[in-house]
Amino acid sequence: MNFDVITSYIPLYTEAFFLTIRIGWTGIGLALFIGVFVAFAQHFRVPVLARIAGIYVELFRNTPLLCQLFFLYFGLPKIGITIPAETCGTLGLGLLGGSYMAEVFRSGLGSIPVTQEEGALALGLTRRQMFTYVVFPEALSLSVPGIVGNMIFLLKETSVFSAISLMDLMFTAKDLIGLYYNTTEALFLLVIFYIIMLLPVSVLGSILENKVKIRTYGA
Amino acid sequence: MGFEVLLKGNNALRLLMGLGVALRISLISAVISIALGTVFGVLMTLKKPAITAFFRIYLETVRIMPQMVLLFIVYFGATKARGINLTAETAALIVFSFWGSAEMADLVRGALQGIPKIQYESSTSLGLSTMQTDRYVIGPQIIRRMIPLSINLITRMIKTTSLVMMIGIVEVLKVGQQIIEANRKVSPNAAFGIFLVIFLLYFAACWPISLLAKYLERKWEN
Repeated sequence: MNFDVITSYIPLYTEAFFLTIRIGWTGIGLALFIGVFVAFAQHFRVPVLARIAGIYVELFRNTPLLCQLFFLYFGLPKIGITIPAETCGTLGLGLLGGSYMAEVFRSGLGSIPVTQEEGALALGLTRRQMFTYVVFPEALSLSVPGIVGNMIFLLKETSVFSAISLMDLMFTAKDLIGLYYNTTEALFLLVIFYIIMLLPVSVLGSILENKVKIRTYGA
Repeated sequence: MGFEVLLKGNNALRLLMGLGVALRISLISAVISIALGTVFGVLMTLKKPAITAFFRIYLETVRIMPQMVLLFIVYFGATKARGINLTAETAALIVFSFWGSAEMADLVRGALQGIPKIQYESSTSLGLSTMQTDRYVIGPQIIRRMIPLSINLITRMIKTTSLVMMIGIVEVLKVGQQIIEANRKVSPNAAFGIFLVIFLLYFAACWPISLLAKYLERKWEN
């Protein structure tokens, strides 16, 4: 392992790192938004929307991200819809993540016992207050482990962006291997940067899960 | 729209065979993962500090490293650093089994630890030996819980196998690209049709399996 090579690669990786983080977290934000929206549509059985939401979730949960990105990035321009690579990445990640997040929120909402709703109504809360102050917060805390798991999953999925020529960490590593053949150094940095990106999320996620768990059982 | 390309020559057949390659890799890795993962999962419940620490590091590595990075390390890194020449398919099988076993191990561990202590105590008080308890009481419950989860692991395996095109295995996405390139002049819009078809092919492969998992999960809920 040649450390001069490693030092000279670091700036390239840092740049790629920030691009990956930016797309990753924007995608996760979008995924959370879509997820909540879709879960609500399904939970409240909104007539047409619930049906569409169901099809969307099944379609995107059962296909790989790489396939979705190829369709968005190479397929859609042929019928006149051109999306820039970065938007494509964010959108693809958001759509994929949205379907996973929706399932998490939906099962969270579904596992709140009816007694909670009845109790809230008996205390004189309106249905809207019941949902915003009782059911939703409880469902959210039940969903935390699933949300954290999905966040890590989505951040890992960013590694396929290199296929639609986004200059992310994977692309940089592949490029450097091809150019200079310093495979060991390039892969070493790749691993280091992914650890920097994901280890904090994994650790903070576990801490958050434990916090919420205590609150749920109200000891 | 580019669908006409599929009817030319044996393009449709080639796409299906590409999907076959992806499915073959994922099924082999899934079988290895389920077998190894079950053993690992049981080992993790043994409460031996060294084993626990080892599996913690293993699981955390798999949890935070993208499968693509693992693929690159095994396929390119091993060759460069150690001179080990693996075929792309062997590398893919190693990586996906490594990843899948960790996932499976965690599921098995979860299922084993989810069995209430009462089950063991009642079995003992009924006069069952440890082996009988495992064979007639704990085993069947674990298997019921694990079958839907293992089936889900297979669909995840199929979806993840799409990555192997990045290390040069000719599977369905790569075949799609080849068809698009070969017909660039005649049907410039082939990309839309081909990628839509591949999208639907993956869906057709994974959806029935997901439905089966969901059905079994509901059926065996209690």
